[in-house]
Amino acid sequence: MSSIMVSRIRQRQIAQMIANGKRLDGRGLTDYRPIKVETGIIEKAEGSARILLGKTEIVVGIKVEVGEPFSDRPNEGVLTVNSEFVPLASPEFEAGPPSEDSIELARVVDRGLRESQAIDLEKLCLIPGRKVYIVFVDVYVLNHDGNLIDASALAALAALLNTKIPVYTIEDDEVKKTSNYVPLPMRNYPVAITFANINDKLVIDPWLEEEEIMNSRLTITFDKDGKICSIQKGGQGAFTPQQIIEAVYIAREKAEELRKLVVKS
Amino acid sequence: MGGKVKLIDENGLRVDGRKPNELRPIKMEVSVLSNADGSAYIEQGRSKILAAVYGPREVHPRHLALPDRALLRCRYHMAPFSVEERKSPAPSRREIELSKVIREALEPAIFLEKFPRTSIDIFIEVLQADGGTRCAGTTAAALALADAGIPMKDLVVACAAGKVDGVLVLDLNDLEDKEGEADVPVAYMPNLGMISLLQMDGLLTVDEFKQALDLAIEGCKQIYRMQKEALKAKYLAIKEEVESCLQ
Repeated sequence: MSSIMVSRIRQRQIAQMIANGKRLDGRGLTDYRPIKVETGIIEKAEGSARILLGKTEIVVGIKVEVGEPFSDRPNEGVLTVNSEFVPLASPEFEAGPPSEDSIELARVVDRGLRESQAIDLEKLCLIPGRKVYIVFVDVYVLNHDGNLIDASALAALAALLNTKIPVYTIEDDEVKKTSNYVPLPMRNYPVAITFANINDKLVIDPWLEEEEIMNSRLTITFDKDGKICSIQKGGQGAFTPQQIIEAVYIAREKAEELRKLVVKS
Repeated sequence: MGGKVKLIDENGLRVDGRKPNELRPIKMEVSVLSNADGSAYIEQGRSKILAAVYGPREVHPRHLALPDRALLRCRYHMAPFSVEERKSPAPSRREIELSKVIREALEPAIFLEKFPRTSIDIFIEVLQADGGTRCAGTTAAALALADAGIPMKDLVVACAAGKVDGVLVLDLNDLEDKEGEADVPVAYMPNLGMISLLQMDGLLTVDEFKQALDLAIEGCKQIYRMQKEALKAKYLAIKEEVESCLQ
C-alpha cells in the first residue's frame, strides 16, 4: 500500500496539524470521514453492501452455497472471507495473486467475524458431517483512499445483516433447494476501529496520505457487548503500552457509534 | 471454542503443570548455521524453530532496492512435518500474514538506513509447532539479526498471553491456544518500552486485555534476559577457545 508520493512539505504540514490536534481535511483526531452504507445493491448475491468512507469505496458480496463442513467442525457451517484489490481501485493495485496487504485485510475482517461468533454457524448445518451452508464473504475494494480495514469490516457486517439464505429440505439424505429464503442467523455485530500513529499522535480513520506517512497502525475490533474480539498492529513502527490502552478506550466508544449505522435496533 | 477440555485443574495448574504466569522451558542458541550471516535456534516447550539472516546483501530482483534504506524481507514458514496433519509446503494465507507482522515487529529495531540499496532477508523455519510459534520465531529472528552483526536499537522479544478456562495465562501452548478463550501475542522492545507486534483473537473485556498485555510484557522481559545470555554464550565460548589455544 506504499509509495504514492506525498511531498515533504505536505508530509510536514499533515504532521504539524496533527500535533496541534487538527487534520488537513478539517477533521478532529478522533473523527471519522462521512460514512454512507447501502445494502442489497447486487441482486444476484445472497447479501451485499456498498460503503463509502470518505472517498474509499468498497462493495462486499455474500454468496451462500452448500458444501462439506470441516472435519473438526462437522456440525457447523463454514465462513470464508476473501478480499480483492481490484486494479481499478488504485494505481498501486495490480492484477494477479493477492498481495500481502490484501491477505491481511481479509484475515482481519475474518477474525472479527469469527471470534465474535457473529454468524451462528451451528444453525448452518443441514446434514451433520456432510452438508452445511458455506458463507463466502468477498470484499471488493473499488477505490482506495485509506482505512480499508474499517470500511471492509463495516461493509461485511452490513452485507451479512442483509443476507437471505435459501431454505433446503432434506429428502432421502440429500438436500433440496426450495424457493424460500430466510435471514442469515446473526448473533453478534463486530466493528473494527483503526488508528494511525503519526509522530506519536493517534488519529482515527486515516486517509491515504496519512497512511503513507504513518509510523504504524492499530486496529481494534469490538463486539456488541463492548468486548475486544480482535486486534491487529500493522506498519513498520511501534506503540507504547499507554498508547494502546488509550486507543482501546477511544475505539470502544467509536465502535458503538459506527455499529448504529448498520445495525438497526 | 472452550468448555470441552479442562485446561486448568483443581489446583489452578495448567495442562502441562505450569502456573498461570509461568513460561514454558526455553532453550536458545545463536550461530547454529554456518552458511547464514546470522542464525538462531529456539525451543520453547515443544515448539522448535530455526531462524537465519542473510544480509545486508545485494537485492534480487534489483528493482526492489530502496535508495535510502535496506529492504527488509521476512519469510515465516512451517515444515510439512511440524504439525499433526501434514501441512502443504506452499505458503498458506496464515503464513503470509505472519511473515508480514513479524517483519513489521522487527523493522523498528533495525537501523535500516545504514544499508541503502541492500536487502536483509530473514528466514524462519518452524520445525515443530506447539503454539506460540510467531512469538518464538520473532525472538529467534531478533537473535539471528544480532548474530549477523546488524546494528539494532534494541532486541525484539515476543511472548503471548491469553485466557483459558477463565484464567489469564502466559505463553500458551497449542492446546491452550486452540481450546482457550483468547490469545494475545505481543512483541516488545524492552529498552525502548515499545510494542512492535500486537494481535488478538478471542474475546476479552477491556480490563482483561490490559492485564493480558501486562502479563505478556512481563513474559517478554524474562525471555529478554535469556536472549542476552544466549548472545553472550557464543562469545564466551570463543573466548574460552582462544584462551585454551594460548595456554
